[in-house]
Amino acid sequence: MKALRWHGKHDIRCDSVPDPRIEDDRDVIIKTTSCAICGSDLHLYDGFMPGMESGDIMGHEFMGEVMEIGRDVKKLKVGDRVVVPFTIVCGECEQCRRSNFSVCERTNRNKKVGDAVFGHTTAGLYGYTHLTGGYAGGQAEFVRVPYADVGPVKIPNGLTDDQVLFLGDIFPTGWQAAVQCDIEPTDTVAIWGAGPVGQFCVRSAILLGARQVVVIDRVPERLSMAAAAGAITINFEEESVVERLNELTRGKGPEKCIDAVGLEAHAGSSIDSMIDRAKQAVMLESDRPHVLREMMYVCRPAGTLSVPGVYGGLIDKVPFGMAMNKGLTIRMGQTHVNRWTDDLLRRIEEGQIDPSFVITHRGKLEDGPALYDTFRDKQDGCIKVVLQP
Amino acid sequence: MHAQSMTSASRHTQDQTRAAYRRHQKRAAGIAQGLGWFSIGLGLAEFLAPHTITRALGMEGRETLVRMYGLREMANGAGLLSADNKAPWLWGRVGGDALDLATLSLGMEESNAKRDNAILATVMVGAITALDFYAAQRLDGLKQVQDAPDYSARSGFPKGARAVHGIAKDQAAVMRPRFIDNPPRYERQRQSAEAAL
Repeated sequence: MKALRWHGKHDIRCDSVPDPRIEDDRDVIIKTTSCAICGSDLHLYDGFMPGMESGDIMGHEFMGEVMEIGRDVKKLKVGDRVVVPFTIVCGECEQCRRSNFSVCERTNRNKKVGDAVFGHTTAGLYGYTHLTGGYAGGQAEFVRVPYADVGPVKIPNGLTDDQVLFLGDIFPTGWQAAVQCDIEPTDTVAIWGAGPVGQFCVRSAILLGARQVVVIDRVPERLSMAAAAGAITINFEEESVVERLNELTRGKGPEKCIDAVGLEAHAGSSIDSMIDRAKQAVMLESDRPHVLREMMYVCRPAGTLSVPGVYGGLIDKVPFGMAMNKGLTIRMGQTHVNRWTDDLLRRIEEGQIDPSFVITHRGKLEDGPALYDTFRDKQDGCIKVVLQP
Repeated sequence: MHAQSMTSASRHTQDQTRAAYRRHQKRAAGIAQGLGWFSIGLGLAEFLAPHTITRALGMEGRETLVRMYGLREMANGAGLLSADNKAPWLWGRVGGDALDLATLSLGMEESNAKRDNAILATVMVGAITALDFYAAQRLDGLKQVQDAPDYSARSGFPKGARAVHGIAKDQAAVMRPRFIDNPPRYERQRQSAEAAL
């Protein structure tokens, strides 16, 4: 089969590889009908995440049709259409039973490494380093899906791939980020980053009833897409984020702040970002936390910071004393996808939201390597890439 | 704020962005125009009076080079004054400035009696380079804004933002973990307390 494989920093190729096969009685094999390039794939592409090995198959946003099932699979049958959440979950461990799916205790095949790196292991993830199990990803014609009775979400007839594909990651990620804010009808929700996750944060905050939603970015087309849903936009290259947020909140700051940027913040003209870049270059810091610093500064005391943006390692000069003294709540984490999928699928079916709005680019798997560049460089108005093998 | 006022606020922001774009466009276009005329003037001086220039800088013998630079300046100036997309011509000026600075460095020798003039000319060319760079970058950035695809119709809400604003507010405080089975005692107590209400 064809698959997009990581061969090193900025080196992803469409290779021919052996088809996956059932390895456990609880596995299924799916034929991928749609998959996407996620913003967090770019952290691998740019070489910021440790634990990748040459030849690893990329991708953790995918869906398809069940082709083959293991003997113990009861809930799926050949021919079912499923969206596969990016977190692999057993459904039986203590964390899964509490619906903390992204920290499933069983599915990381490299648990020892996970324990050593994180203190305690987190869940296995598709196509996302050997720290999280080294599972083959979904940017491929076929994918092996373990624990198939637990994670995959069956899709009813009548919904297109474009409408449901993002149930596997970015829609629940944006949703969880907004839900984590405990949004009240009087709240201003400020969202840093108008990439795909940021776009879903905007829509989620609106569905959850925020008084006003403000989005901070510098890419005009991303801001225009956020504004299309009703967000107020701030181009941080043209105006002061702090001044504008204060102006919009009568000088009090937003109650809820969401970091949909993560470790590769591009805030070119700010001094802290320049220092972060220099430190990153000489390996004194792995992540660039400009957004965290700004959120801590601007957030209203007793407010909440929600962090769906991916961080990989160490951050420096984060004003934690400021956060402590302001009594900020910080919530973060990989998404507990299955906690939200039933509800979100219902909302799609009812027409409350159509996630396909975010798709700007399409291609075949063979186009994948070039589209990684297009997406990373935000060329040609690229916000979200969908590949159809 | 309701969805209707959110939409009007975002429209207000878009209007502000458009107004800022027009402002920046006007300013950058004005700078480019000025630099165009400056190029023509300097080019003419270099082409017509190379001896005067080389004498002033203590760099006699380089008249042909200065004349060539004059032609370059005039071509660049004509481009800047006539082209719709002025950014490439401004980047051309930045490249030309680098050549000028390299040439002026030859006049920095201690033995040059007009060394002070060469230093003054270098400072002036440096300042012009900064202006060229600023204008080129600015126009490049504006081109990006101009070329940005229009996603202003992609709300993602088939029924409109107003119809669904707050539709999920009952879900807005569900961070409490949802226990699939065998909830611990405090959760059972909470559930019974809620049931009793």
